[in-house]
Amino acid sequence: MDESAPIFSVRGLTKRYDMGAVQVHALRGVDLDIAEGEFLVLLGHSGSGKSTLVNILGGLDAPTSGQVFFRGLDMTAADDAALTAFRRRRVGFVFQFYNLIPSLTARENVDLVTEISESPLPAADVLAMMGLADRMDHFPAQMSGGEQQRIAIARAVAKQPDVLLCDEPTGALDISTGVLVLEALDAVHHQLGTTVVVITHNASIATMANRVVTLADGRISDDRRNATHVAPSEIRW
Amino acid sequence: MVTGISRWPMSALNRKLVRDLWHVRGQVLAIAAVVGAGIALYVAMLSTFDSLDLTLRTYYDRYRFGDVFVSLERAPLAVADELVAIPGVARVETRVVADVTLDVPGLDEPAAGRLISFPAGSRPALCDLFLREGRLPESGRPDEVVASEGFARAHGLHPGKSIRAVINGRLRALAIVGLALSPEFIYPVRPGEILPDEKRFGVFWMDRRALATAFSLDGAFNDAVLGLMRGASEPDVLARVDRLLESGYGGLGAVPRSLQASHWYLANELVQLRNSGAYVPVIFLGVAAFLLNVVLSRLVLVQRPQVAALKALGYSNREVAWHYVKGSLAIAGLGAVLGVAAGAWFGWAMTRMYTLFFHFPILLYRLQSPIVVRAVALGLLAAALGGLGAVWRAARMAPAEALRPEVPARYSVSLAERTGLGRFLTQPARMIARALQRHPGRAALSVLGIGLGTALMVVGTFGLDSMDLMMDVQFNVAQRFDVMTTFVRPASAGALDEIRRLPGVIAAEPFRAVPVRLRNAHHSRHTAITGVLPDARLNRIIDSPARVVDLPAGGLVLSAMLARVLGARPGDDVTVEVLEGPRRDVRVRLANVVDEYMGMNAYLELGALHALMREGGTISGAFLQVDQARTRELYAALKATPRVAGVLLKDAALASFNDTMASMMRQMLSVYVLFAGIIAFGVVYNNARISLAERSRELATLRVIGFSRGEVSYILLGEIAVLTLIALPVGCLMGYGMAAGMMSILETELWRLPFVILPRTYAFAVITSTSATLVSALIVRRRLDRLDLVAVLKIRE
Repeated sequence: MDESAPIFSVRGLTKRYDMGAVQVHALRGVDLDIAEGEFLVLLGHSGSGKSTLVNILGGLDAPTSGQVFFRGLDMTAADDAALTAFRRRRVGFVFQFYNLIPSLTARENVDLVTEISESPLPAADVLAMMGLADRMDHFPAQMSGGEQQRIAIARAVAKQPDVLLCDEPTGALDISTGVLVLEALDAVHHQLGTTVVVITHNASIATMANRVVTLADGRISDDRRNATHVAPSEIRW
Repeated sequence: MVTGISRWPMSALNRKLVRDLWHVRGQVLAIAAVVGAGIALYVAMLSTFDSLDLTLRTYYDRYRFGDVFVSLERAPLAVADELVAIPGVARVETRVVADVTLDVPGLDEPAAGRLISFPAGSRPALCDLFLREGRLPESGRPDEVVASEGFARAHGLHPGKSIRAVINGRLRALAIVGLALSPEFIYPVRPGEILPDEKRFGVFWMDRRALATAFSLDGAFNDAVLGLMRGASEPDVLARVDRLLESGYGGLGAVPRSLQASHWYLANELVQLRNSGAYVPVIFLGVAAFLLNVVLSRLVLVQRPQVAALKALGYSNREVAWHYVKGSLAIAGLGAVLGVAAGAWFGWAMTRMYTLFFHFPILLYRLQSPIVVRAVALGLLAAALGGLGAVWRAARMAPAEALRPEVPARYSVSLAERTGLGRFLTQPARMIARALQRHPGRAALSVLGIGLGTALMVVGTFGLDSMDLMMDVQFNVAQRFDVMTTFVRPASAGALDEIRRLPGVIAAEPFRAVPVRLRNAHHSRHTAITGVLPDARLNRIIDSPARVVDLPAGGLVLSAMLARVLGARPGDDVTVEVLEGPRRDVRVRLANVVDEYMGMNAYLELGALHALMREGGTISGAFLQVDQARTRELYAALKATPRVAGVLLKDAALASFNDTMASMMRQMLSVYVLFAGIIAFGVVYNNARISLAERSRELATLRVIGFSRGEVSYILLGEIAVLTLIALPVGCLMGYGMAAGMMSILETELWRLPFVILPRTYAFAVITSTSATLVSALIVRRRLDRLDLVAVLKIRE
């Protein structure tokens, strides 16, 4: 693997939704390179196109035009089976509303991933890493939002993905639980070396990233690197 | 539950499946019951048919039921050798058979008896007896008889008791030494009649020599049963037997097994069972499959966010689809297990019921694996197809799309509001109207589902209406007599006056019945022509639905079924082969075909029949209208009239019909109704539960902003109520259509039920569906009350 080559290369990406009478332009031509091992925060107001961009990166959605390369492979040319394999091996997702399977315990939600991965981490280890060692046999409904989000992170990380995509991971959480979740993401980034992309509209979270890309109205309006990183525990909002 | 399962070596996805199913166990059970009901009916009806068929074959085989039956006036025993010599004939049993009048203790009216000779010291080559009780008559004991079990039971007779019979003009006591069943009388009907009346018709087997002596048939026989070799040509044998016996021995026409009275009725019954077994369960299973489809589609849609999560985690479309299909297969599998078990039980019970109504010595119930395999396959297929459509839609959805909360549905001002009714609608009522209009497809499917449940109830119960109408027409419009008397042998017109003078007789109308063979082109049928007065009042010919038909002078009138068998139409000339007295062929114009409900009858105006027979006023019996206060007197007088062979009491025939055929039909229908009810309830309940699942978030929001429990319930239950109200008439209409389709299938040579659906049937269907709705509504209401507001709002799943 060429360390200097970006993990994602995005060129001229547009995405248009046809909502019956109206057309919504979510992305209006985005060019972006994301480096291996980077902790990148995508900032933007709601409707700026950040979720759309991350969904396309993760192979959950297809662009209207433009290209996305994952380590040099053209993802826009990939068929459904290839995208499924890509999600299965390479990507971990964390969603704002956790999207846990309510009928499975914490450990089983993680097992959902370990059972179909090639070299997964043991579910118990990942959950312990998330500080959930004593909550493994609880169902999502028996846990707080922060705990649920940490299960979701454990589930995303267990497969040892190349990249972790998080869509507003703290959006539904209060500050103290939100900080726990951010710490978990930071730990993944540092301990496993995973590339992490976090979507948020919360600018204070950006302070923990290597790089902050701001989207506005479907275009990149700002792209800067943080000279210093703030530890998650010091973040306030 | 949880800890138990987590110990099993099971994948997380399968664990999810098991828990999800457990979570909606009420619905799972309801759907499984719907599938199970279809499968149970299929298994029950086909296994009953199969078992009866097997029982019949086994009984015929073990007791050597004959292949060809022939009655004649008299032939020397040597003729039996000529019968055996006919190519294809394997065995011949010659017999002496005599119809006699019985004097049964405790019975006011005379009863008819049939005496059949039994070979001394051996078993008959054909038509052997199954001895239920006692022993066979000993040779040289002319007074000993074995009685048919049904008749004996009807009178509480046992070995050791005796009855009296008028044998050749002399009253003789017959000692009953045994009770038996015969394959010839599984359906114990008196020759020429349709309904069995075991109180007034008994069969007795007695020593051959004694019977022959009593009827001056020593060294002769007047009845023969033939067993054919495998591969023998039945028509050829029949023709040769007729040629042999009709020249000089007074042969009355050989009858193949298929037309032997008892077998014919049974075969008709079996055909009806098989036909309805092929039709009714298919409707039920079809409806169940459709419902499964609707229910599973909606269940899967409710799980939309979970589908998205699985796909985001890297599960492929196939894996996701298979996950949900497995769920529907598991539900259908449960339904299949329940259905096969219930079906086997009902099948056994139905078979037993048949073997009791018909007289079988054995009950063989078997459930063949092909039936089970087909039933289970049908259920699983229905489930797989039902689940697949919805699953595939969900799986194909781009995962990002599935992740987004469903776009708020585009509601519009409802039609009802635009027409100006809006002013009268409260806000919740407006929500109901708009919700229905927003999802017209979903509303239509719900209406169709509840409608189908209702339709099945109509299909399940309308048979009673048809039967009641048939009985009403048959016994009140057509047969208006109270008593039918038949004479021992055809008598002169003076006999009618004799009957008219009997105590209690208000009116008497004569009839003449002549055994004939009707032929048209290559079709023929052995039957009897009934000659009746053109203006008969007591026994009228009716045409469907209840029109009284006047007999044309001179022309033949046939029931539609007989005309169909003969391939004859009005205007055709039909050949009548007279099988009584001097044999002749006469061509008679077919004047009219009437749509009758029972039997296969041929009528001729009495005078025309006399002319055809070249006889004077000969009659075979009379229809009587009697003074109900003097029946005992009349019956005693009839008993003392040697000419009278037997009487048929209409009320008794009606009661017997009610006890046997009608009762059997009712039990069959109650099975339909049970399963239709299960399906109706299953549909309505699922419909309500899914509506709740789909809208719990919206309803919880309403609760949070201050709506009361009652108000929130009103919105959901109001929608269910509106859908049910629309579904009820739709269901009645669909029920009418399905029932109409079923009519032709229930028709046999024996019955033709009129098609009618009474308001009570619709009312019953509507009440059942409405009750199912109410019960479901109560359950849903309880769940609504327990809705965890915070949880529902917090969790998006």
